[in-house]
Amino acid sequence: MSDYNFAYLDEQTKRMIRRAILKGLAIPGYQVPFASREMPMPYGWGTGGVQVSAAVLTPDDRFKVIDQGADDTTNAVSIRSFFERTAGVATTTATTEATVIQTRHRIPEVPLAEGQILVYQVPIPEPLRFLEPRESETRKMHSLEEYGLMHVKLYEDISRHGHIATSYAYPVKVEARYVMDPSPIPKFDNPKLGGCPAIQLFGAGREQRIYALPPYTRVVSLDFEDHPFEATKADHPCGLCGADDSYLDEVIIDDTGGRMFVCSDTDYCETRQAAGHRGKDAA
Amino acid sequence: MQAQTLTGGFAHPSTDAADAFRGVMEALARPGSIHTLTGALPPAPLSSAAGAALLTLCDTETPIYLAGATDCAKVRAWIAFHTGAPLTGPAHCMFALGTWDALPPLSAYPVGTAEYPDRSATLIVECDVLLNAGATLTGPGIRETAALSLPETQAFQTNAALFPLGLDFLFTCRDRIAALPRSTKVL
Repeated sequence: MSDYNFAYLDEQTKRMIRRAILKGLAIPGYQVPFASREMPMPYGWGTGGVQVSAAVLTPDDRFKVIDQGADDTTNAVSIRSFFERTAGVATTTATTEATVIQTRHRIPEVPLAEGQILVYQVPIPEPLRFLEPRESETRKMHSLEEYGLMHVKLYEDISRHGHIATSYAYPVKVEARYVMDPSPIPKFDNPKLGGCPAIQLFGAGREQRIYALPPYTRVVSLDFEDHPFEATKADHPCGLCGADDSYLDEVIIDDTGGRMFVCSDTDYCETRQAAGHRGKDAA
Repeated sequence: MQAQTLTGGFAHPSTDAADAFRGVMEALARPGSIHTLTGALPPAPLSSAAGAALLTLCDTETPIYLAGATDCAKVRAWIAFHTGAPLTGPAHCMFALGTWDALPPLSAYPVGTAEYPDRSATLIVECDVLLNAGATLTGPGIRETAALSLPETQAFQTNAALFPLGLDFLFTCRDRIAALPRSTKVL
């Protein structure tokens, strides 16, 4: 253990965050204001997710952090070591072994299970913010279920591009009531939001909002009858493990236009490679 | 001041509260599921689960309404020492505590506003029994249906009809806790 209070935050702050989490779970998709604290990292590096994780972690948890699916990027490594140091919790990179997973912009490929908690880092929690900058107005729009503007935005996508070009932070409707920003996950991940056995918590530190999806919540991606929602990904198999069902990152590998596609979920890719699966670019 | 006022709190406030919160959160996220809360030994008539919930969620920022028999000198002193929470009437409380007979009328509690539905009361209902039997529940957090021994059904149907406004309920019985958020439909 360390000289920090368990999980860094003081107890009164954790109680405040915990009360916000409970109200968020009671009103799925509604953004609960909370008194976000300064954290020892800059805004935009997951201060909301870190505060939610600090409020839910127990000493028995096994903690995993992913950044765009990867366990080994700067953000993921530093947040993982932050809680190793301040909470003394065990950590892992295996999705199936983790009880609390903090994520930046991805949902793991392996389906989550009951007993797991997925904590999202959220930059802009308000799905209507880029359409209406005034908080007083967006709050009123949520209270009146006035979401026509969002459909106009998606329609303008269609009129300009021929299809809904929004590819990440794709808006969803929760339990036929609140329109919610699922954080900037690719829309490939949207179908995993609904009916998920795990608890999903969303923390926006700079914007001071917490929201939540209880397990098995109905979550529908907004669309039109003639332009139904489609979860898209790069049309390639993974270059390392050969998976054709995972979300892929495009990686430039030389100065002559060479590129390869690899799983964004590093644990999924490594698990498959360990099981003997090989892609065309595997060494 | 009696010795009992000073005792009965969490032995390890930080980690005990973390464990207790996980129980409360799992209970509320999965309505009808029953979880164990330990670590608190509040004075009678409070159950240990209700005591742990208070220690985990309440502090100087959360006015509490003590209904019926819970509004006694020992409980008041225990809450004051361990949480510092101010006591208030039902109209301005964030948390209310009591048996189902003592808490009504439910219309007295804040249910939130259209723009801030989270500004609503959470009622901690002390129960004699808490079983996965009785009323059938559906809604977020429940795969198909769940069953819970609710004290009645009508009041919870009325409350769910207010969604997204409404009250949230924690049911406590000895060291066990279950919950019913406003989003749950009671059949």
